[in-house]
Order: sequence, then structure tokens, then C-alpha cells
Amino acid sequence: MAAGDKSRLDGSALATVLRILLPIFLALLVGALLLLALGKDPLAYYGYVVKRGLLSPTGLQASITRMAPLLLIAAGLIVAFRSGLWNLGVDGQFLLAAVCVAALAPGMAAHGFGDVITLGACFIVAMVIGAAWSLIPAFLKASHGINEIISTLMMSFLGVSFANVLIKIPFNDPTTTVPQTATLPVEDRLARLGDSTVHWGVILAVIMVVAVHWMMERSSFGLKLQIVGSNPRAAIHAGLNVKLLTYAAFAISAGLAGLAGAVDLLGVHGTIRADWNPAYGILVIPLVFLARFNGYAVIAFVFFFAVLMIGGESAARRLGVPTFFVLVLVALLMLFFAVTEFLDQARKKKTGA
Amino acid sequence: MTSPEPLAISLSGITKAFPGVLANDNISLDFRPGEIHALLGENGAGKSTLIGILSGMQQPDAGSISVRGQRVRVTSPKAALKLGIGTVYQHVLLIPSLTVLENLMLGAPWWKVCDRDGAQKRFEELSQLLSTDLDPDVPVGRLSLGQQQQVEIIRALWHGELVLILDEPTSMLTPQGVHELGQVIRRLRDHGVAVIFITHKLGEAYELADCISVLRQGRVVGHLGKDEKARLSEEEVTEAVVAMMFGLEKATAAETEVAQGDAKLPHEGPAPLTQEGPPLVALQDATSQGQSGECPLRGASFQIWPGEVLGIAGVDGNGQKHLAEILSGQRPLAAGRLTLAGQDVSHGGVAARRRAGVRYITDERMGEGTVAAHPVSVNLVMKEIGQPPFWRWGLTQKGKVRDFATDKIGDHDIRTPSERTPIGRLSGGNIQKVLLAREMAPDAKLVIFNKPTYGLDLHNTLRARAWIREGAGAKAAAIVVISNELDELRETCHRIAVMYQGRIVGIVDNATTSETEIGRLMTGAEVA
Repeated sequence: MAAGDKSRLDGSALATVLRILLPIFLALLVGALLLLALGKDPLAYYGYVVKRGLLSPTGLQASITRMAPLLLIAAGLIVAFRSGLWNLGVDGQFLLAAVCVAALAPGMAAHGFGDVITLGACFIVAMVIGAAWSLIPAFLKASHGINEIISTLMMSFLGVSFANVLIKIPFNDPTTTVPQTATLPVEDRLARLGDSTVHWGVILAVIMVVAVHWMMERSSFGLKLQIVGSNPRAAIHAGLNVKLLTYAAFAISAGLAGLAGAVDLLGVHGTIRADWNPAYGILVIPLVFLARFNGYAVIAFVFFFAVLMIGGESAARRLGVPTFFVLVLVALLMLFFAVTEFLDQARKKKTGA
Repeated sequence: MTSPEPLAISLSGITKAFPGVLANDNISLDFRPGEIHALLGENGAGKSTLIGILSGMQQPDAGSISVRGQRVRVTSPKAALKLGIGTVYQHVLLIPSLTVLENLMLGAPWWKVCDRDGAQKRFEELSQLLSTDLDPDVPVGRLSLGQQQQVEIIRALWHGELVLILDEPTSMLTPQGVHELGQVIRRLRDHGVAVIFITHKLGEAYELADCISVLRQGRVVGHLGKDEKARLSEEEVTEAVVAMMFGLEKATAAETEVAQGDAKLPHEGPAPLTQEGPPLVALQDATSQGQSGECPLRGASFQIWPGEVLGIAGVDGNGQKHLAEILSGQRPLAAGRLTLAGQDVSHGGVAARRRAGVRYITDERMGEGTVAAHPVSVNLVMKEIGQPPFWRWGLTQKGKVRDFATDKIGDHDIRTPSERTPIGRLSGGNIQKVLLAREMAPDAKLVIFNKPTYGLDLHNTLRARAWIREGAGAKAAAIVVISNELDELRETCHRIAVMYQGRIVGIVDNATTSETEIGRLMTGAEVA
């Protein structure tokens, strides 16, 4: 037993690096083959992705800016997933909060409220709206044990549709021809960091991910959520209030998704057009899994993904590759991560480790 | 027939390894038709693995199996049945909503039309052979556990009557049920079936079996043949088998007693106790609401005095689980009252009961008692989350948790690589020690043990029983021991309450009541 432990320790650093690098390499390789099949030059595509997403100053700043909503959504998902709740409704929570903030912020700015009050109110409203949108799935789960995967997804569709109704009817800006909300003046948006185009919402997002990670790892509240997540019957046996904890986990998770909507709107867009739905949630879910719910790993994965997204959008325009090709790469990445994981487990079983 | 004594099954050099364990180590055994062959051994001796291999659930790493002299490979449970090897597992594996006949017809190829008449004929044939009287058209869920087991036996013999494997078949039966099972098995033996009977109770093995093989740590460590067993007296057999089971020259008295299970030997109960003053715990007309399939409490009452151990006897599924959950606060009382040291605590949940001095050692150690993926240290404080000294301002005091864990690991002899090891990797006995350590409190008022030795090996069984007799680490707490092993209650309790269909049908004094009397109560007979 002891000897096995030792050899595993020695090989573990290398194995970990391999476990991460090998799937990335394989995904890029298969992606290259697909590009060749499309008649595009894979090296040129990857070159553009790296150049536009990472190496050029504007590209890098755009990538970092893009991290803000992704990280906040990821923070919420970490809480939900570690509590054993599959909150797949983040897109609805995100969009609905963003739309409400899009209506609230220009109004408050126009009435002369200070930036601090406006932004603070927007953040709080966004979190409350997001959390409120999770109330029905939380109730169904806590009181009737109804699977939250379905209920959150359904609430997400409803949320996205409802957001469109809000944009087109009550929050519509009559001065524009396309249905969209009133535009928040640039000077009232989240402040930039130094000379860059990056707004401070990114810092907030990083802090939130770390805070959530720390809460789950170090606090009694986090441990309670973990126990509810890994063995709900043990939670009941230990006298934990499983219902209340379920509501709390849902509220935090959805509230952070709402905050992501506020930050993306206040930091970048300033207005929302009808039918806009970036569907960040669906993109972030696999990343959170890849990072195994670890906050620090999530930051790394989100950065990698943001570079792919920004670089991919740019490369798509230049080379005529569909923008969605980035999603193909992410899907391949997931696939190879899963295969590597599976083979690794099989190997461990075989060697009896 | 070429050989004078044809073998039904012959195992030769069967070896099977799992990560970290050699479950079966070069096992060679012969099973003859018309013979009841008991396989004895403690938990982890390799019995289950051997059944798994015989019934086609697992493949051996080495060794061979011969059926009627032919070398075969048992590749699947289906293949085993085709070869005439039927297995009855410890837990009933029937579909309660289907009738007896429908359960028996399961497993036929899907493209074939159900052959009801053929099945009916086979059912009658086997009913006659077993001399049982089952209605083939009644849903299995309405049968008693003993009857359900008969259905399982019929199913095991459905494709042929060569070998019948019974895995701990008496664990859920009443004394009368065990008696009936014995008759069925003997009839099958006389019909020429090779019966393999797995048990860890020596008394049963002696009574039922023609020959006994003993397994220990994956190896066959001893065998008593038909003639040899017939020659020896019960005491001599007991002594010989106990020595084989535990690798001792001579077993200690206590070990002999446990190994004998239900054998009627004089037992040593706890020190006598006088009930002085008011009772510490009083349960009055407790009722609970159960979901379908559960047996709720239907008005249970008892009182327990300080320092007293009250046993709850009864066949599984007569409301014991609800009783434990009601006492621990895990389940609300639908009606009735619970008082603890004169205070009404009927309405508190788990946390309130725990503050009032209630401790509960659940029988579902993995199901609800622990969180498998979390370390031993966290599981040790699982019922204290958020409370000082382990948490301050909501933050985990990792050092305090670790020190507490290392202390408990030392005090209770918990065998674990470290306090950081996920508890799911520990053996059942060590997980039980974690629970005992967690639920230990000097000022506890009520300690509930639900099947405290279920699934434990001998050493840990003795340890847990001694722990109960010594008062579970509390000064003069009232102790409730729920168990379906009568000898366990005989050994640990002052009084024994018998549960039947959610009611306490009688509370008897342990020292002055016979097992037959308790057995009668367990089947629902009125108190004499």
C-alpha cells in the first residue's frame, strides 16, 4: 500500500500535466483536420486565434474583459454543482437580470444619482432578480424533490423569452428603430482599469470566484452545502436544514448569474437589443466541470476559453470559418478530457492503485 | 457413473484478487449431490466472492470449475442458471408488484411468448418438491419474507436442480421461518440437490449441514467431512470450527458464544440494575407516518431508566427504523409524546435532540451515517458543523478538527491511513468505530443503537457489544439497542421489547425470559 502511494506521488506531477496537455493537443489536432476538410489552413486559423486573442494588446484586453461575465457565472455554478444542484438555468437568470439593469441604470443615471448608488443598486437588483428566477426550481426541488435539471432549463427558456418581452414593450427605447433598451452613457459605465479597455468588473469577478472557492472549502456553510450535495440523507441524519440550504445554494448560484448580467451590461454593452442571448451559461458549464469545481482552475480555463472566443471571432471574420468553430473546439476538448479521464481511471483500477 | 461419488461441482485452485485484497486464494472445494455443505467464515473471509464466482457474477483470476465432471466457464448469471446452479441471495430480489408466477417467468427470452401453462407446471413440480404451499397468482409483495425466500428458492431451481446456493438465508427470518427453511433444505438434499449454505452462524451450520468448510482470509482453512461431523458432539464441532475460523488453538469463551449465533448456550447479560426514581426516557403512544413499503409506528410506548439498556427485538420491517428515527429527531412524531429527563422534547429536530443529549448510531453507516468522499476527520464532526470549537465565525478551524480526529482515531483504535483519508475507503468495522466515537458523549441521556454489529466481523462485534454493556461512553444514559439478532440483545440488554407491525407487543425481562417466548412475540402472538 505504502509503496503504491509513493510511486503515485512521484508520477503525479507529470501525470497531471499530461492529463491537461494531452487532451488539448488532441483537440487542436482533430480541429486542424476538420479545418483541412473545410479547405481552410489550420495553422493560419490557430495563428489568428493566438494573435488576436492573446498577443495583440486590444485582443488580450478584449479577452480579459470577456472573462468577467464568464467568471461570475462560473462562481455561481461552483456553488450549485458542489451542493449537488444542477442549475442549468443560468442563461435565463443572466439575461433577465441584465435586461432589468439595462432599464434601471440609464434611468437612475438620468435622474442624477451618483455612480456609486447607481451601480450598487444595479448589482443588488441584478442579484435579486437572478435569485428570484431560481425560486420556483428551488421550491420544487426542496419541497417535492423534482429534478432541477429540467425545471431550471425550462425556467431559463421562459426567462429568455420574458426578457425579450421586456425589451420590446416596457423597456423599449422609442428613439431607436430596432427594439432595444435605452443606452447607458459610456461615462456612467464601469470604470476602466488605467489606460486599458478592461473594466473593473473583471476584478470583481476574480474576487467572487476566489471568495466562492474559499467559502466552499473553509466555511461551515460551505461544508454544509457540500454534505447536502454529496449525501443528502447524511445531511438529514446530521440535522442540517436541507430545504433551507437548497434555497440558499440556488439563490447564491442564480444571484451570481444575475450579477454577471449586470457586469456585462454595465461594463461592456450599455444596452440590450431584442433577441440578444450570448448563452454564456451553456459555455461555462463544461469549463466548470473541466476544472473539477476548483475556483483557481476555473480562472485558468475561463481565460483560455475567452482567448479562444475572442481570437476565434476574429479568425472567423478573416478566414471565413464559422464563429461556431470555437464551440467545436470546446466540444472536442471536452471529449478528449473525458476519454483521458476514463483511460486514467481504467489504468488506476488495473494497477490496483 | 465411473466414479463412486459423482461431484455436482468441483472447484480447483480458484483465485480472485481485488485491489489490495486477495479475496479467494487457491480455493479447492467439492460439492456432492444430496449433501448440505455449509461454508462458514467471518465477514471478509471470501464467502461472497466465492458465491459471485459460482453464480457467474465474477470471473476467477485463476483456477477452474467443473460441473458434473465437465470443466466449464460460468460466464454470467444466466449461464450459471443454465448449468443448474441457482443462487438465493441474502436480500430478496423479486418484484413486489408482480405475482409469484410472473416473477418466476422473468428472464425468458423477449421474443418468446410467455408460456404460462409450462411455468405453472414447473411451479407445481417444484412446490411439491419443496412441500410448500404458495399461491402462484398472489403479488410477491403480499408474501411474508419467508415465503418470498421460498419463491427465490423455486426460481433458483427453475432451470435444474443440480446446485442450490443459499447466502446467509436465515438473516431475515423468524425462528419459525428458520425451522421451515431447514425442512425445505433437507427435502432438497434428499432429492439429490447439492446445497451450499453460506453462514457465519455456527449453530445453524451444525444443525443443518452434513459437512462444513471454513474460510478465513480467502483460504479454506478447515473441513469437517460427513462422517467426521456425525462422530463428534456439538461441543467438539463448535470447538474445532471456532479454532479454524479464528486461527486459534482454543477459542475464548466469548468468541465461541458469538460464533454460535442462535445456538442456545447460556449467555452473559449485563450487570443487574434496579429501576430507581423516575424514568429517564418515556415514549408514549408514538405514531409516525410511513410511505408505502415502510412500516410506521402505530402507538409505541416504553420507559427507560438511567443506566438501563432496552433491547428492541423483532423481524426486520416492523417499525424499528421509524422508532430509531423518531427517537433521534430525524422523523417527526405524528402523534404521541417523548419526554427526556422530565422534559417534553416531542417537537425538536435532530439538532435540538442532540443538544438535549440524544445520540443515534444508525445502521446505515454508508447510506446516511457518513459522507463517503469526505475525510474521516470531517465525518467525525459531521453533527457539529458550525459549532465551536471546530468552527469560529463560520470558519473551519482545521487544526482543531485535525487534533480532535487524531485523538479519536487513537482512543477508538480506528484503523485508517490518516485522518484525511476519505471514510469510504475504510472497512465497515472502522466506519462503525468512527460512528461510535462521534456519538460518544459523557453527558448523553439517550443513546440509540440500530443494528450495531450488522456486517461487522467477530472482533468488532465483540467490541461494539462490550461498548454497549459498558454504557456507550456515557454516565447512566438510557440505551436503546435495535437488533434482529436475539443473541445480541440477550448479551447486552436488561429488558427486551418486541416490535410487531409498528407496535410494542411486549416488554420482557431478559434474565427471566426464554428465547422461545420472545420468538413467539416476534411473530405477533399475544403476550402470554
